[in-house]
Amino acid sequence: MQAQEIITVENLYKHYGQVKAVDGISLQISASEIFGMVGPNGSGKTTTIECIEGLRQPDKGKVRVLGLDPEKDFYALREIIGVQLQACNLPARMRVEEALDLFASFYQHSVDWRALLDDLGLTEKRRSFYNQLSGGQKQRLFVALALINRPNIVFLDELTTGLDPQARRATWDLVRRIREQGTTVFLTTHFMEEAERLCDRVAILDHGRVIAMDTPNSLVSQLGMSRRVTFEINGHSSGATKIANHAASDFNPALLGVVEGVQKVDQDGNEVVVHGKGNGLVGELVRALENAGVSFTNLRSEQANLEDVFLALTGRAIRN
Amino acid sequence: MRSFRKLFLVQLKLYLREPVAFFFSLAYPALLLLLFGYIYGNEPAPEFWGRNFGTVDASVPAYTGIIIGTVALMGIPIDTASSRENGVLRRYRATPLRPAIYLAASVAVYLLVALLGMLILVVTGKLIFDLRIAGAWLNVLAAFLLSALAFFAIGYIIASLAPTARIAQVVGMVIFFPMMFLSGAGMPLQLLPENLRRVSDFLPLSYVVRLIQGLWFGDPWAELWLPSVILFGIFIVGTMIASRLFRWE
Repeated sequence: MQAQEIITVENLYKHYGQVKAVDGISLQISASEIFGMVGPNGSGKTTTIECIEGLRQPDKGKVRVLGLDPEKDFYALREIIGVQLQACNLPARMRVEEALDLFASFYQHSVDWRALLDDLGLTEKRRSFYNQLSGGQKQRLFVALALINRPNIVFLDELTTGLDPQARRATWDLVRRIREQGTTVFLTTHFMEEAERLCDRVAILDHGRVIAMDTPNSLVSQLGMSRRVTFEINGHSSGATKIANHAASDFNPALLGVVEGVQKVDQDGNEVVVHGKGNGLVGELVRALENAGVSFTNLRSEQANLEDVFLALTGRAIRN
Repeated sequence: MRSFRKLFLVQLKLYLREPVAFFFSLAYPALLLLLFGYIYGNEPAPEFWGRNFGTVDASVPAYTGIIIGTVALMGIPIDTASSRENGVLRRYRATPLRPAIYLAASVAVYLLVALLGMLILVVTGKLIFDLRIAGAWLNVLAAFLLSALAFFAIGYIIASLAPTARIAQVVGMVIFFPMMFLSGAGMPLQLLPENLRRVSDFLPLSYVVRLIQGLWFGDPWAELWLPSVILFGIFIVGTMIASRLFRWE
């Protein structure tokens, strides 16, 4: 696996009316990596990926994919990339096997689609009509169509949106298997967890710009918040009759501010989130709470993650 | 060529799996023929048709106009606009498939479906009403091809101009239904009052009926130059506009 840049994007701009969908994005993607663009809806992920695929024309900027210009070399590029689109369908009454056989015929070189069906667990569904498939089966069919020409790069736009957690995990395994076969994967997602678990490198997008780009680990460690402890306040043990809301307003966050390793304490109602460092952080916090007579439940400790990175960079949570 | 063949076969299967489209393009005209054949019979009525032909003899070429109109103005706009609307065409566009191949395969399917509709009509006429034809089959077939291609171009223009499948459907219906009754395709023009009959001169489908019916009755092409030229013009200009307007999304 030799690190060689196979996609370069320089200063990409695209606007729709007054809306700057992509506002100066530059990216470099190396062979055989799983690269992810994450960001909230409307952050420019789909516009960017579709400019790279050649399906949209940028207003400004240079895109090269495997040395080709997606606009000028549209059909040559189609032969060597695979595309899974966010919003598309097949005819309702097209059978799974018909779709694969048909799409295979569009390419000069294609793989044996029967093996592909097996790989994706769709063999039993080969005679089914498209509109009889579940959401997850449709997604797998579209992945199969994206892989049918054994592409050098496969683009997956919001692959797991609308899937249940189990199907999502199965899809992650699938994406890893695709990469193991030497295919570079370029994906977009608005699930930070997905980007973190799946991607070698991540670009975080917001309002059409890349606000951070690195490996998920580096992004998190650059935050300097390696750990997050969350708990809920029940009330002071000395005044057990008080209802939780009173307990929450009585709670003084400064109490924890002095604990060793604590960087920041946030309180939202009776939920308290403590950001901090150090292996002994949880123990220190529990001791401090018990000494102060604060009764708490549901205490859990989490590593900081990409959601925290997004929050730190933009000042808002990605879900909003 | 391989993608053309596969696309043609798959689209043909898809069409035949759609019972409503199947019924209107293939069965409905034959049902009309049965109905009016039983009412009027097929005795030669020179006083009405101006020659020695009966109602069924005149209706088969006229209903061929209905088939062409149904496929071109209902089938093509609705199918194409809804494939675009629900992202089927988007998915094709992400492959090396050329638009010309897609269009050629679709047009071939619609041609075959319309031809099948005509065949059912002819077989029904032959078996039940002793259908007569004075012209050459080859001429009728050529007129059918020219008419169908001219009307398919109109269908693709509607499909491209309509923002949604729903609007494509409405536009197709608004154009097709009045034309069906005022062009001589759905009912003989002789049944219409004089002033309404003059409207037919402005309807493209009238020229389909005049050309196919004329050749069916044995008129030479020379006498049918006007409908031929008009349909050929629609075909050339329409195809140019349609291929320029065609869009995947």
